[in-house]
Amino acid sequence: MLTNILAISLGAILTNNFIFSQFLGCCPFLGCSSKVDTAAGMGLAVVFVMGLASAICWVIDTYILIPLGLAFLETLAFILVIASLVQFVEMFLKKSVPSLYSALGIYLPLITTNCAVLGVVLLNVQNNYNFIESVVYGVTGGLGFMLAIVLFASVRERIEFADYPECFEGFSICLISAGLVALAFMGFSGMKIF
Amino acid sequence: MNIKKQFQEGLITNNPVLVQQIGMCATMAITTTLFNGVGMGLSVLIILTCCNVVVSAIRKIIPDEIRLAIFVVVIAGFVTIVDLLLQAYIPALSAALGVFIPLIVVNCIIIGRAEAFCQKNTVSASFFDGIFQGLGYTCVLILMCVFREFVGSGRFGGGLIDITNGFRFTLDGTGSGIQIFPSEYGAGIMNLPFGGFITLGLLIAVMQYALKKSAKKKALAERAAAEAAADKEEDE
Repeated sequence: MLTNILAISLGAILTNNFIFSQFLGCCPFLGCSSKVDTAAGMGLAVVFVMGLASAICWVIDTYILIPLGLAFLETLAFILVIASLVQFVEMFLKKSVPSLYSALGIYLPLITTNCAVLGVVLLNVQNNYNFIESVVYGVTGGLGFMLAIVLFASVRERIEFADYPECFEGFSICLISAGLVALAFMGFSGMKIF
Repeated sequence: MNIKKQFQEGLITNNPVLVQQIGMCATMAITTTLFNGVGMGLSVLIILTCCNVVVSAIRKIIPDEIRLAIFVVVIAGFVTIVDLLLQAYIPALSAALGVFIPLIVVNCIIIGRAEAFCQKNTVSASFFDGIFQGLGYTCVLILMCVFREFVGSGRFGGGLIDITNGFRFTLDGTGSGIQIFPSEYGAGIMNLPFGGFITLGLLIAVMQYALKKSAKKKALAERAAAEAAADKEEDE
């Protein structure tokens, strides 16, 4: 059990990183990575929402959708759960932790359309994870996302001073440097636990 | 709004991936063979067109505050329909695209078009917008697939085209494609995530170069015309 959890965490953070090897959550990854501070805030919010969404969606799937034979409605149910969860987290933070709320700002509602969140929930179902494995996969997947976005934000802060052809401006140069970071992450691909 | 202008916008000047720069996750993830690219592109085209029509049909009765939730439910409904249809009739495509078919729900292209276009336009305009934006998306996917497959493994049309018993199209993803040069000479790195990032980055750069050049040409032509007009006035 413990080795299983370790293997899932290692995979989610390094070898099968959500962004660099599965391409989940690229939009916020490219959109919110211009500064390290905002990137870290976004990463934290994603860790939180992904962990919570994994737990809640697992419960809904196992105790409501599957017994009622409604497994085909998974996508619809999960996206509604995530949307309302994000809304709820936003209200909760606004009331009780206003400092974190103002730090995350606009990024909180944007998490609804982050495909890493819906992706992790769907992958949990696909991989037949149990409750603990789902939550671990959600949290560590979020940590992998956070690692990637913080690393990439520091790369991007350097790109600002770089000299590149005019037509590469904007997303283009970002994508190419993200490719190079992804290449670096490929170095982890041989790692295995037992 | 006329159809020709919409066609041009969807394919070139307002292309969803290359110019609006949305919906990139799937674009980079699945463009490894032509089979995946065409399948994904057509699925998005169908879902986008259906959602555009429904959203613009109900645009006057949905309250403004909860419009996003309603869009998401409409989109999720159509995505589920397409997902189940693919599982039933083209299981190879469903297996190859995996989690990226249900993830069309959170693809920014669809919700973006609902928000930016269908809310303000008629049903027929939204229908054509869906078709042309979907075509623009499909074209980008095909371009990326062709490039990555050619450089990565020296093939064209993997999965979709089968030439072992004469030229034919396959729908079960087993076609070996047309081998242009031996696959061991290909740069296998293009089939890895790295290739996805680099190819899309280069494609966007080429697009920006072309758009900038045409804008410059237009500005020059306009200036020349204005100068000619001014000269004429002076002469008179």
